[in-house]
Amino acid sequence: MYTIQKKVELNPTVTLMEVQAPLISKKAEPGQFIILRVDEDGERIPLTIADYDREKGTITIIFQIVGATTAKLNQLKEGEAIHDFVGPLGVPTHTEGINQVAIVGGGVGCAIAYPVAKKFHELGAVVHSIVGFRTKDLVILEEEFRKVSDKYLLMTDDGSYGEKGLVTNALKGLLDAGEKYDEVVAIGPMIMMKFVSQLTKAYNIKTMVSMNPVMIDGTGMCGGCRLTVGGQTKFACVDGPEFDGHQVDFDEAMARASFYRDFERHAYDETCNLFKKEVN
Amino acid sequence: MPNMSMKKNEMPAQAPEIRNKNFQEVTLGYSTEQAIDEAQRCLNCKTKPCVSGCPVQIHIPAFIQEIVNGNFEAAYQIIAQTSSLPAVCGRVCPQESQCEKYCVRGIKGESVGIGRLERFVADWHNAQPDVKIEKPASNGHKVAIVGSGPAGLTCAGDLAKKGYDVTIFEALHLAGGVLVYGIPEFRLPKSIVQKEVNALMQLGVTIHTNAVVGKSISVDELMESGYEAIFIGSGAGLPRFMGIPGENLNGVYSANEFLTRINLMRSYQMGSNTPIMSIRKVAVVGGGNVAMDAARCAKRLGAEEVSIVYRRSETELPARKEEVEHAKEEGILFKLLSAPLEVLGDEKRFVKGLKCIAMELGEPDASGRRKPVEKPGSEFILDVDCVIAAIGTSPNPLIKSTTSGLDTQKWGGIIVNEETGQTSKKGVFAGGDAVTGAATVILAMGAGKIAAKGIDEYLMGKTQA
Repeated sequence: MYTIQKKVELNPTVTLMEVQAPLISKKAEPGQFIILRVDEDGERIPLTIADYDREKGTITIIFQIVGATTAKLNQLKEGEAIHDFVGPLGVPTHTEGINQVAIVGGGVGCAIAYPVAKKFHELGAVVHSIVGFRTKDLVILEEEFRKVSDKYLLMTDDGSYGEKGLVTNALKGLLDAGEKYDEVVAIGPMIMMKFVSQLTKAYNIKTMVSMNPVMIDGTGMCGGCRLTVGGQTKFACVDGPEFDGHQVDFDEAMARASFYRDFERHAYDETCNLFKKEVN
Repeated sequence: MPNMSMKKNEMPAQAPEIRNKNFQEVTLGYSTEQAIDEAQRCLNCKTKPCVSGCPVQIHIPAFIQEIVNGNFEAAYQIIAQTSSLPAVCGRVCPQESQCEKYCVRGIKGESVGIGRLERFVADWHNAQPDVKIEKPASNGHKVAIVGSGPAGLTCAGDLAKKGYDVTIFEALHLAGGVLVYGIPEFRLPKSIVQKEVNALMQLGVTIHTNAVVGKSISVDELMESGYEAIFIGSGAGLPRFMGIPGENLNGVYSANEFLTRINLMRSYQMGSNTPIMSIRKVAVVGGGNVAMDAARCAKRLGAEEVSIVYRRSETELPARKEEVEHAKEEGILFKLLSAPLEVLGDEKRFVKGLKCIAMELGEPDASGRRKPVEKPGSEFILDVDCVIAAIGTSPNPLIKSTTSGLDTQKWGGIIVNEETGQTSKKGVFAGGDAVTGAATVILAMGAGKIAAKGIDEYLMGKTQA
């Protein structure tokens, strides 16, 4: 049983859950993901592992409520169980030989960027974290990030907290001030990862991005998660989810992410209506 | 007296215009009268050429004689001696190229409908009140099976019957492998697969779903945790694409993804949360059984027009003849001698057409089939909004890359001793698509059987030594 041990609402649209999954927690590494189904008729969705506790046997997931499935997931309470939970899938973050790293997180992407920052910190690397949010109310994991970062720059679009501006401005500022990074890791909305990659390309700094495409099985069977990297078709589930940002065809990936948008919106409305009925 | 009719009893089926709008089973099965009548066509000949054509060597004339005598349960027991999944095989085996190919009645006229009779017997048995299956006494040996498709289920069944303590590890949330995610409901109802899986569980087989061997746990870790032998039946893997421009546009699916959304995730049903695009006109690239399944599913989702695009001619279609006939009856179009060149997209990167070129057949190639060559200047555009690639798969890298000492072919298939299923790694056996590349359910079952025997001999030898 994949029981929810702990549930915390990090902000109005982002929830953290600690899920009992001893086998997965034994193996999990930063950068990997799980696939879950909320209930018997549920769809399979991939979520990147936000943290793990091998002793407690738990996996932490942090998700934004964006569609019907995440809305249903958010309805589950502590003590209840998720129907299916499988992993750890994908290739872990590559951490060897990196002495100084910039971690760029955007929005809920910070949930995935955090374990990466933590891992680099534990390995003794100098970690500069640059995180961006639309507004103050949406900020997550500030304390956690500060603990594992040698520098922590927080940006908001509206200037309601931290500095006003985009993460790319902040990163450019650090680079222009002479900071040298062996690698930049960018995790967040695709458009953010695209622009971070464009920026670092000009500075010739290797940049890894974490892709989160549509997926079904997550084990290399369906091919739904394919994307073009360096002109070749790759499968995010078995070849990724992290790829060289300078090689990823972001425009194609963004178009593919919109494949089911209309369906999703419809399903989400239906789910919301259902919840309303249950309340009435 | 045998029934000397030259023709098989026809298989009752849903009318094409009705069935191409629903997902219920197409063929309805013989009535008792039809089954007995068909069984009487068997001459019960001494040479039994049919048996040699069966990958699991079912005692075919013997079970057919029991049908003639009206002893349907006895007929079932004869099949069950060698086949673990009769209701499945009676439906999806390519009998015309196996048992029925060698039937002496087929020399002049049509061969005996062996597959249809097998299905009749299995369905008759399944319709009887459940008999509690006795769990055999344990022999104390633990075996792990990777994958719950036809190879894994067969291997598990054979070993469990011998008293082994068998555990299946399945990556998906449901057991059955290709029988549940690949083959559509209208060809193989999922309730039949479930029944077979339940029977295994009654035999004492444990099934862990959501367990990806190679990720959640490795083959080496399974060995360390006390499994004395392991069977890898992980199936075919990564779907192949055509290698043409535009194949990552929205509206291009691999057959694996398209079929999984429909069969496993039930995206055609109200209440399923898994989306599938609403399709108008569809091109399915490929000519095998999977291509036929995808085309017929697309039709049932409400597509106005569904075309199979295949670069050779009708005689070379690798799909079963019956599947091709069913597809044609349901209104699937066949654009033969046509090869795709490019998927065309609109400004939002959704598919709006498939550019193809006409082909003609030249000299035979390495496979013995005549090689298709492009006819210059014959390009044409198919008006479609969905393209499904059903051109095969390449083996999944997960197990190979995480198992020490497991030798594979250059193309990724696991290398085994064909007589025992033994791999290059001690105690590890393999079979099915993971070894051969994409093949049939019955061949995978045959491989599962061989490996079960191989594992039994290996472990018994070890005990005595």
